[in-house]
Amino acid sequence: MRRTTRRGIAVLATGVSAALVLAACGGGDDEGGGGSATFNQGNTSIVNPSDSKGGTLRMLRTGDFDSTDPGNMYYATAWNFSRLYARSLLTFKSVGGQGNLEITPDLASGLGQPSADLKTWTYKLRPGVKFSDGTPVTSKDVKYAIARSNYSPEVMEKGPVYFRQYLSNPNKYKGPYKDPNLDNFKGVETPDDQTVVFKLSQPFAEFDYLATIPQTAPVPQAADAGAKGGVNYAKGVVSTGPYKLDSYEPGKSIKLSKNPNWDASDTNRKQLLDNIEVQLGVAPDEVDNRQMDGSAEIDVAGNGVNAAARSKLLSDPELKKNADNPNSGFLWYTAISRQVEPFTNKDCRIAVQYAVDKTGYQNAYGGTTGGDIASTVMPPSLKAHQKFDLYPNNNGKGDPVKAKEHLAKCGKPNGFTTNISYRTERPKEKAAAESIKASLEKVGIKVNIKNYPEDGYTGGVVGDPKFVQKNQLGLMIYGWAADFPSGFGFLQQITDPGALKGTGSSNISHIDLPDIAKKFQDVVQLKDEAERNKVYQEIDKAVMEDASIIPMLYAKNLYYRNPKMTNVFINYGYSGMIDYANLGLAK
Amino acid sequence: MIRYIIRRLLVAVLLLAIISLVTFGIFFLLPKLAGQSTDDLAARYLGREVTPEGLAGVKAKLGLEDPFLVRYWEFIQGIFVGTDYKFGTSVTHCPAPCLGYSYRTNEPVMDLLLDRAPVTFSIALGAAILWLVAGVAIGVVSALKRGSFFDRAAMSVALAGVSLPMFFTGLVSIWLVCRQLKLLPTPRYHEFFDNPALWAQALILPWITLAFLYAAMYARLTRAGMLETMGEDYIRTARAKGLPERSVITRHGLRSALTPIITIFGLDIGLLLGGAVITETTFSFAGLGQLMLQGITRSDLPVALGVTMATGLFVIIANLVVDILYAVADPRVRLA
Repeated sequence: MRRTTRRGIAVLATGVSAALVLAACGGGDDEGGGGSATFNQGNTSIVNPSDSKGGTLRMLRTGDFDSTDPGNMYYATAWNFSRLYARSLLTFKSVGGQGNLEITPDLASGLGQPSADLKTWTYKLRPGVKFSDGTPVTSKDVKYAIARSNYSPEVMEKGPVYFRQYLSNPNKYKGPYKDPNLDNFKGVETPDDQTVVFKLSQPFAEFDYLATIPQTAPVPQAADAGAKGGVNYAKGVVSTGPYKLDSYEPGKSIKLSKNPNWDASDTNRKQLLDNIEVQLGVAPDEVDNRQMDGSAEIDVAGNGVNAAARSKLLSDPELKKNADNPNSGFLWYTAISRQVEPFTNKDCRIAVQYAVDKTGYQNAYGGTTGGDIASTVMPPSLKAHQKFDLYPNNNGKGDPVKAKEHLAKCGKPNGFTTNISYRTERPKEKAAAESIKASLEKVGIKVNIKNYPEDGYTGGVVGDPKFVQKNQLGLMIYGWAADFPSGFGFLQQITDPGALKGTGSSNISHIDLPDIAKKFQDVVQLKDEAERNKVYQEIDKAVMEDASIIPMLYAKNLYYRNPKMTNVFINYGYSGMIDYANLGLAK
Repeated sequence: MIRYIIRRLLVAVLLLAIISLVTFGIFFLLPKLAGQSTDDLAARYLGREVTPEGLAGVKAKLGLEDPFLVRYWEFIQGIFVGTDYKFGTSVTHCPAPCLGYSYRTNEPVMDLLLDRAPVTFSIALGAAILWLVAGVAIGVVSALKRGSFFDRAAMSVALAGVSLPMFFTGLVSIWLVCRQLKLLPTPRYHEFFDNPALWAQALILPWITLAFLYAAMYARLTRAGMLETMGEDYIRTARAKGLPERSVITRHGLRSALTPIITIFGLDIGLLLGGAVITETTFSFAGLGQLMLQGITRSDLPVALGVTMATGLFVIIANLVVDILYAVADPRVRLA
């Protein structure tokens, strides 16, 4: 007995040792060069343009996507990633620089054709497009995709519901999981296999932006049924993009491979890679290190590198030349609640606008590479952005004299006490709150810092007016990026009185000015983009005059642009992150 | 012996029921006591846009408005007879033993556990063999050569091993071995049956770093136990009878000194099988520990509950095995 055991251990030990030796021989990873690349080159142009084919792109992410189902996702990184396997009616142009903010046809053969009253939008599908299983895409698949994603909150709870908001629904259609007969869904009509007609209940001049949302990517109704349907469709998405989804193991991995039935006339994407592998659940600093040591190519979260890698990237010229630091389209701001005393008084709000030290906030986000000091609600990455500063305060350092003038005007010459909230899981927000506290205390405003879990921060904390009142949250640290890159897409949810609701409102300052509400109602009826942009600028000014939002930073992300990757550029249509749909690998 | 095992298994079932009840209570009752409404809880599952329809949909799907005991009963029922989860027209069947369904990942918890367990088992068992062999061997030699250079050096290293946190040694080992010396690529888990060499390659560093921590403790424990045992009268008697020194050490000294080692080994291996949280996070391995962490950070109760139950089960089984091993290791122990 003993002899047998000893022999067994010996065999095991020999086997393991052999495996270890064999394994150890395989060490080392390739490292790329970088050639003539320069810092921020990806912001304005396509870096390493190439049609070189082959290879497996290794993507990493610390967390996971909200979903891989194009109908059930909301984050920009998921929308960007979904373009690898799903084609929406329209998309953003695949060119370097801000030109990619331009909407271009994708599954549709042209932009939407609106009726005179802007309440009917017609799209013609590109002929010959097939699903990955070889069946042709028809207008009914687009109609089904809209129906499932917007009218089935009991199944699809994660994506936006713009279509439900704007499409007419006289039958009070309850979604295809409760009512599979799409004839009862009147908001979208399909007069033939190539035509999709959207029937709106109100005019909306920017409907083309909604057609870029992945929810317009076609879904065959038959594939969304039974055990593989509903929430499980995320693991079996039927592809129309250059790659098909082979597997999705939540929190663990995603695997894509070439879609043999991809329509190669698609000019918005490239099919250069053999495979794409996404490893999920990788420790944050490991994500950065692996990109830089060449054992992976890209962080698919799209938030840029962490603090440790940031200093390494910026201090090493060889690494820095392969980095981009674009505007993310995100605004970090502090909302002032117009409901909480003493901020019901506009001068008290203005006092805070002057007193706050935005440079401390900037330091919390990593200095100038973390963002530029902001003075408007709309960030510069939007076409509608117009620069102005109603509360100049020593280049963001704070102006205690002006602040005290307004404190006196609001009847609080010696200051007051208020609370500021931030998200527990975000150390940068904590540092930002501490910086605000320090700067406000210089003018006598005492600030208590409160933190709440990230999950439900909008839903049940700052987005719940009762909670804000009960906890006297005068100041709330928040951030915002547009769902689609227009003035409307950025401003409406956070400043329109029409966006106020019982709970879960993103208009957390509780802006309820009728003049702003009227402008939002009118602007969507203007056909001319330049005219609309003028109105957005007026809304921006009106919000700043109301002083209920303190713009802190126009956020910027620092990305490592792995030199092995080809066709790399920043796509401003997707929150200024690296475009995933055109990537390849150098030989 | 069989009656003893059956009795212990019944106690184990009772313990698991208590663990599940307490974990359930923590996730369901504490938020309510903290003043969170069902709307607040439902909002966590929604995307950026929180709508009344969305809230109602999530509340219905998760049964957030059902009483605590109803939900707990449904959970227990699922373990014995399975559960069907309905999503519109589609139905996902979770066969018994069903430990719930994750609404974050849209998968039955048992599937997630079975998927992640091989990673954790690979880490834990490999490291356990290393630390047990190395720790006990070093402890025995140190005790026999008390005060020697080897003893002092080994105990100093052991002190370092005990003192250095896992995330530190793990990160340093990746930096040194993979990035500076380039002896190994960055660890990435591979299935054993796909490629044993790559499997072992990926696990070398986690095994060594985890074993470094545990072996240090085991070496110190073994040394102390051996020093005490080797001074006992029966050891002197064994030597007086003319037994070879090797036999005195292994059959009489070590056997007795191993009893506390077996106890702690049972607990350690049980806990590790439930998830080597820090090791898996440091090396980015998708095991049970990482699953637990994801469950907690994403407020995914069924997942957190499932991993807790699995850990409880492993610890209970490991303890049962340890109790049985006592009788083998120490003839003085008899199971009642």
